[in-house]
Amino acid sequence: MTLHEDHAVSIGSTDGAGPMVPVIHRVVAATADLDDTTTLTVRPVDNALPRPQPGQFNMLWLPGIGEVPISLAGLDGDDLVHTIRNVGAVTDALCSLQVGDFLGVRGPFGAGWNLARARGRDVLVVAGGLGIVPLGPLVDELISDRANFGQVSVVIGNRSPDTLLYPERVKSWAESLEVEVTVDVASPDWTGHVGVVTELLTAVNTDPANQIAFVCGPEVMMRFAAEAVIDRGTPAENVLVSLERNMHCAIGHCGRCQLGPMFICKDGPVLPWSRVDPVLKARSR
Amino acid sequence: MTRVVDTAGLDEIVRLLRAAGRTVIAPTVRDGTIVPAEIESGAELPIGWTEDQNGGYYRLAATDTPERFAFSSPSDSWKRYLHPPRTLLVRTRSTEAGIDVELPDPSAPSVALFGVRSCDLAAMHVLDQVFLDDAATDPGYAARRADAFIVAAGCAHPGNTCFCASMQTGPTPNAGYDLAVAELYDNGQHRFLIDSGSDRGANLLAEVDSRPATEADTAAAAAAHDNAVQHMGRTLSPSDPPAAAAHTDHPRWDDVAERCLACGNCTMVCPTCFCSSTQDSSGLIPGEAERWRVWDSCFTADFSSVHGGPVRSTTRSRYRQWLLHKLVTWHDQFGMSGCVGCGRCITACPVGIDLTAEIAALARSGSESGEAPNTTNATVT
Ligand SMILES: Cc1cc2nc3c(=O)[nH]c(=O)nc-3n(C[C@H](O)[C@H](O)[C@H](O)COP(=O)(O)OP(=O)(O)OC[C@H]3O[C@@H](n4cnc5c(N)ncnc54)[C@H](O)[C@@H]3O)c2cc1C
Ligand code: SF4
Ligand code: SF4
Ligand code: FES
Repeated sequence: MTLHEDHAVSIGSTDGAGPMVPVIHRVVAATADLDDTTTLTVRPVDNALPRPQPGQFNMLWLPGIGEVPISLAGLDGDDLVHTIRNVGAVTDALCSLQVGDFLGVRGPFGAGWNLARARGRDVLVVAGGLGIVPLGPLVDELISDRANFGQVSVVIGNRSPDTLLYPERVKSWAESLEVEVTVDVASPDWTGHVGVVTELLTAVNTDPANQIAFVCGPEVMMRFAAEAVIDRGTPAENVLVSLERNMHCAIGHCGRCQLGPMFICKDGPVLPWSRVDPVLKARSR
Repeated sequence: MTRVVDTAGLDEIVRLLRAAGRTVIAPTVRDGTIVPAEIESGAELPIGWTEDQNGGYYRLAATDTPERFAFSSPSDSWKRYLHPPRTLLVRTRSTEAGIDVELPDPSAPSVALFGVRSCDLAAMHVLDQVFLDDAATDPGYAARRADAFIVAAGCAHPGNTCFCASMQTGPTPNAGYDLAVAELYDNGQHRFLIDSGSDRGANLLAEVDSRPATEADTAAAAAAHDNAVQHMGRTLSPSDPPAAAAHTDHPRWDDVAERCLACGNCTMVCPTCFCSSTQDSSGLIPGEAERWRVWDSCFTADFSSVHGGPVRSTTRSRYRQWLLHKLVTWHDQFGMSGCVGCGRCITACPVGIDLTAEIAALARSGSESGEAPNTTNATVT
């Protein structure tokens, strides 16, 4: 049995050096989005890696410090854009990079969102917290190819209004799409929704029976969102989630990212809920 | 065509391999066990030695015969010669102008792996699926694998912990070697039946004094094979893994977790466990750094850690991951079992946990699992 049935898997590599050798890039822009979150735009010093698809990820590497999986946040021409939250040693060092600094990149890895499957249908995008990062380029693509999709709704859940990522980009999405934002804790000037994302899923205008849902956020949030969407009539195989696991190789060699029969680095990170749910349930930890 | 050589002929094969510039790695007695290590001549094979293996137990024992291959599986596997415990991936120097990436010298000493059991040959085929994947090939593994000259050796004396017959990986090698040896020792007659499985194997064999095998020789080898199949120390029923996989909340998982020390020994000795970590470290010289790949184990907390803690936080979940990966999900991933029945994990487990007994207990419904936890399905050979 192959696990790659409906996903094309691409593995970035340099000219024969092997898939574990990073390709050197230079930081061309570094923007602090939030106190703990930075967006880097990086450009290859020599050869470019294959162009990543929304939902795929790269391994970002700092010599002597470490290497971590980071989703594609966007493309700026041929430059790679990555948004990184500082949660530990490697992400801290990545968030401290300045324009002109160097880093290594391997990729692109894994199965992305596979937007082609949603053509001709309604699309529901559900982002929780940092989950907006890998969904950003998907929404951008939906907008640039708007005519090929039915109703498109974007639901964003976040801790608080002032920690919402990409506020300007979200505002621009709202010009052509139905966009709903909810926060756990409101500030005095917040006039939008307060509460969990699942509460908004009943309010959106997509047709549950004829939609593809793209969901990314903390694992518990994805479970609640997937179950709410499925309750409304969307088949579980049309609910796509993006999973996070420890990854040291991204090419199926280190064994760390396994979830039951799946290697999240190559079979995922984007997987249909129909495949994820039985394994997560059986292996409740 | 099967040829027959005597002990001098076997020693000549070792000599020819060394003369061709290969380091010969063969089972040999070291520190009270039989392990694959470099030998300089056939005299260093474990002549007259066998061993007694059982759950958490290993002792060398004398055989009173001059047999070279009277033991079962060496206590360490051959994995380290193809997938080394530590591999340098890159060395770097950071300067104002960028990061210089230096690849390690790809040339490795050319080896001959001499005396590889059928289970361990099968294990190499299993590792090939991981590291020679079309989408991502490990260049170091590919080079070592293609270069290694393999002399397989059939098993006439399986041990207490062996179950290759259950896993259909042995006891007689049938593919994946350059030469395959079957040792026969009967009525004081000592000889080795040798088959070649490649051109380079046939060329080497042609240089050794040999005679064609007689019908009596091949009949004796077939009888030794049948006898070995009858004397497997353990068995594993093919219906047990899928049944156990359905019992994810079986009380036996708690029971085995009580006994398991999460030491990871089983994963280190297993010839198919391939997991690793990638480690970046800075050198003493400012700006210089190295990146290594080192063996790792799914029994550690770090192995599954994401921001917020390990995904598998309990020994129960880690043992379950290990066992079900070996016996169940490996089939989904690679179309074959991750266990080849070598029995090493049983011998190397400090508390004698026996995967064949665990999977058998887990396959029965939870309510029937009240047996004493240390019971194994061992039969004494
Ligand atoms: C598919 C995928 C996409 C992701 N996308 C994003 C994203 O777009 N943005 C984002 O902010 N986060 C993303 N993450 C999460 C991100 O990868 C983790 O937050 C990050 O790995 C944490 O690393 P850390 O070192 O900062 O934290 P720590 O908790 O300190 O370390 C976590 C892990 O980093 C590795 N590591 C640490 N030190 C070393 C070292 N010296 N050598 C080698 N490895 C080392 C180890 O695996 C360690 O277990 C994604 C994760 C996945 C799986
Ligand atoms: S799981 Fe145990 S018996 Fe099976 S191949 Fe690994 S070490 Fe050998
Ligand atoms: S099963 Fe045995 S060898 Fe493996 S981790 Fe547990 S105690 Fe260690
Ligand atoms: S990250 Fe190494 S196997 Fe998936």
